[in-house]
Amino acid sequence: MRKMNLAKCLTGIAVLLVAPLVLTAQQGESHIGKLTGNAGTGKQLYFRYCWGCHGFRGDGNGENWLPTGNYPNGPNLNIQPRNFVAATFKCRSTPTGTLPTDEDVYNSLGRGLTNSNMPSWITLTNQNRADLVAFIKTLSERWKTEKAGAEINVPAEPAPTVQSIQHGKELFTKLECWKCHGPEGRGDGPSASTLTDSNDQPIRPYNFAGGSRFKCGTTNHDLYKIFMTGLDGTPMPSFADVIKPEDAWDLVHYLRTLQVSRKSPELALWEGTKEGAEIVKAQKVRGTPTGSGVNQ
Amino acid sequence: MSHWDSTLLKRGMRNHAFSVLTAILVLTILLVDSRSAAALPIPGTSMRAIPAFARKYGMPCSSCHQAWPMLSPFGQAFKDNGYQLGNERDAPIYQNPAYWPVTFRMTTFWHRENENRAQVDDPTSTTGGQIEGNLTTHGFDWSGLDFHTGGTLAKNVSFYVLPSSDNTGAFHFETVFARLDNVAGTSWLNIKLGKFELDNLLSEKRILTLTNVSGVYTNYHFQPATENNGLNPAFPLFSFGIGDNQDGLEIMGHSKDDRTRYSASILSSNDGTPNLPTSRTYDGFFTVSQAFQVGSLGLQRVGAFDYIGQAPTYFQFTEGNNSGIPGNAAFGLPGTGIGNRRFYRAGLIGQFYIKKYDLTAMYFHSSDDKYLATGTPFNPAYGTLPTGAQNAIWNGALFESHYTPSPQFILIQRVELVRMSQQALPIVPGTPYTPGVSVPSLSFGNENVYTFGGRYYPFISSRAGFAFHGEYAFSHQIGTSPVTGQNLDFSSLLFGFDFAF
Repeated sequence: MRKMNLAKCLTGIAVLLVAPLVLTAQQGESHIGKLTGNAGTGKQLYFRYCWGCHGFRGDGNGENWLPTGNYPNGPNLNIQPRNFVAATFKCRSTPTGTLPTDEDVYNSLGRGLTNSNMPSWITLTNQNRADLVAFIKTLSERWKTEKAGAEINVPAEPAPTVQSIQHGKELFTKLECWKCHGPEGRGDGPSASTLTDSNDQPIRPYNFAGGSRFKCGTTNHDLYKIFMTGLDGTPMPSFADVIKPEDAWDLVHYLRTLQVSRKSPELALWEGTKEGAEIVKAQKVRGTPTGSGVNQ
Repeated sequence: MSHWDSTLLKRGMRNHAFSVLTAILVLTILLVDSRSAAALPIPGTSMRAIPAFARKYGMPCSSCHQAWPMLSPFGQAFKDNGYQLGNERDAPIYQNPAYWPVTFRMTTFWHRENENRAQVDDPTSTTGGQIEGNLTTHGFDWSGLDFHTGGTLAKNVSFYVLPSSDNTGAFHFETVFARLDNVAGTSWLNIKLGKFELDNLLSEKRILTLTNVSGVYTNYHFQPATENNGLNPAFPLFSFGIGDNQDGLEIMGHSKDDRTRYSASILSSNDGTPNLPTSRTYDGFFTVSQAFQVGSLGLQRVGAFDYIGQAPTYFQFTEGNNSGIPGNAAFGLPGTGIGNRRFYRAGLIGQFYIKKYDLTAMYFHSSDDKYLATGTPFNPAYGTLPTGAQNAIWNGALFESHYTPSPQFILIQRVELVRMSQQALPIVPGTPYTPGVSVPSLSFGNENVYTFGGRYYPFISSRAGFAFHGEYAFSHQIGTSPVTGQNLDFSSLLFGFDFAF
C-alpha cells in the first residue's frame, strides 16, 4: 500500500514537472501538415522580415505605422499591420471570434493580403513559414489559454446556374451587403465612408469591380469561407448564423458576376442573360477603379 | 528598448564583437610592410541597395537583402516581379505624390594597396630603363556615387535609371531600362529594353566586397594575358566582361514563387558602351535555374548560363586617319567594326544554404577566338596570325561563402581561380612572354584571388542603410609582372563606412 502511494506520488511529481515543459514546447511549435514550425527559428525570421511593420512586440506598431494613422506613403496604405498580441485574424477557417488554425496563418503568409502592404511570402521555404507561425503564436497570451477554433464545414459547391446567381443577387440586397460594398459591388455603399476596423482606422469595403483576388484567397471556396467566418477585426461580419450553406453558395455565384474585369463561369452565365448582359455592360462602361482606363 | 530588440542585439553583439575583433587583429598584422606609395584608384563599380524601395513599401532592408546589397530570395522575387509586391498597390497612383524613388549610395574608407612587382623607372638608368618595385600605398579615400532611381511607372511597367560617377565625380549611365512586367498576365514573360545587368545569378552589382582586388568578380572579367597586346594598330580594343552591364533586350520569366527562372537576351556587341563604338552585331545571353527546398536547411538553387558573343577585329572604314597606318583603329568609324570573331562564356552555378551558412559555387568555361586572343585583324591586309596561334580556352571556379548570424552581420569569404587550358600562342618554356610570338607556360596568366571580409549593420530600418565594412583581398597571377615576367601579386585592405539613403 505504501509502495503504491509512493509510486503515485512520484508519478504525480513527474507529471507536474514534465507537463509545463510539454506545454511550453507545444506553445513554441506550429503544425502544418507534416511540417513542425519552431518558434526560435521563427523569431530570427521575424526580426529579419516582419518587425518593420508588425513591430518588435508584434503589436502592429512597427516603425512604418505612425500613431496618427498617417501612413507615410499615402492614404491607400492606411491599414495598420496585424496586431499579433491581440491575435485577431481576418483570414480563418474557424468561426468568428476564435483563433485561426496554424494552417490559416501559414496560408496567409504564403498568400499575402491584397490591397494592403502585406506581401506574399511564398518565396520563403515552407519550413520558414511554419517557423514564423510558431513564433507568431508566442506573441499573444490567447494562444496559451485558448485553442484554435474548429474548422467550419464547407459543403460541396453546386454548379452555378442563372437561378443561383439570381438568388444570390436577391440575398445581396436582403442581407444588405450593398450598404458597404455598394449596389454594384464597387465598395462605395452608403456606409463605406464610415467604416473603421478594430484599431479605429478607416477601412474600405472590398471592390469587386477591381477584379483583384480576395483578401483571404482566390477561389469560390475561399469566398464562401470569408462570409461564413467573417473577417475578424473588420466590419465584415460572419453570416454563418444568418444564411444556409446553399444560399451562401448562391451568394458566391452572384458575387463572381460583380467581378466584371475577371473571367469566370458565373460571369459568362450571367452575361448570357439579357438582364446580366445589360448590367455587366454598364459596369464595364463605368471603367476601371482608377478611371484611367488602365487597371492599376 | 524593448525586450525583443535588446535580447537580439545583446546576443548578436557578443557574437559579433569576437568575430570583428579577430578580423581586425588579423588584418592589422598585414599592415606592416609599407615601403613606397603610389595612387591606385578605387574602381567605380555601381552597386545596388535601394532604400527607396524600402521607403516605398515600409519594409526593412533585411527583407529584400540577406545583407545589403546582396539579395535574399524574397528580394530576388521582388526584382523579378518588376519591383512590385503584387498587392494591387504597386502603381505610382497609390503613393504619396511627393514620393520620389531616389537613393544614393557612397562609401568612405581607408585602404591600403600593394603590388609586389610594379613597373617603375630605374633610378640608375639614364636611358629610360625600367625595373620592378614593390609598391604600397594607403590613405583615406571615397568611392564613386551611385544615384539609383527605380520603381514602377504603372502596374506592370517598371524602370530603372542609374547615373553613376567615379570618385572624381565623372558621371555615366550605368543602368537605363524600362520593363514590361507580367506580359499577358503571366510571370513567365517580362520584357526589358535598355542597358542592364545580365541576369547573372551571382550579381556583381550586388557584390559584398569593395576592394580594388575584389570589388568585381575576376571570373566575370578575365581575359587572357595575350589579348590587347597593342601590336597591331588596326585591331580595336577587345574588352568584355560578363559582369558589365550590356545594351539590349531581355526576355525573362519565372514561376510565381521564383523557384524556376529563365532569361534570354539579345545584346549589342559593344560591352555596354553607348553609341555603338565598334560593331553592329549582336550577342546572346541565356540563363536557366531551378531552386528547391531541402528541409529546414533553406532554399537551394542550381543553374546554368551561356554568353555567345562576337567582336570586330578591324574597322571597315576610318575617318581622318592621318597616322600613316592603314586601318588605324584609333580613327575607326563607330559601328563599322567588321571581321567579327567569336567568344563565349559558359558556366554552372549552385547556391546552397545550410541555415545561416551559404555557399555559392560556380564553374566557368570560356574561349576567345585566336584572332581576338592575339589581337590580329581578320584581314590579311592588316596583319597575319602569329605562327601556331589557336583559340584561347580557360576554365574558372568561384567559391563564395557567407555566415549570416543575424541580419546585422555577415562574414564573407571568396576564392576565385582561373586556369588556362589552351594558350593562344605557342608555349616556349624558359623564355619570357613575347607578345604575338610565344608564352612561357600553359599556366601563364593564371590567377587566384582570395577575399575575406565582414560587414556590420548597426541598425536596420526602412529608411536608410549603413554598414561598417572590413575586407582583405589578395590576388596572385602567374608570370605577368611587366618587366621580368615573374608572378604578380596584388593585395588590398579596406575599412570603411558604406551608406545609402
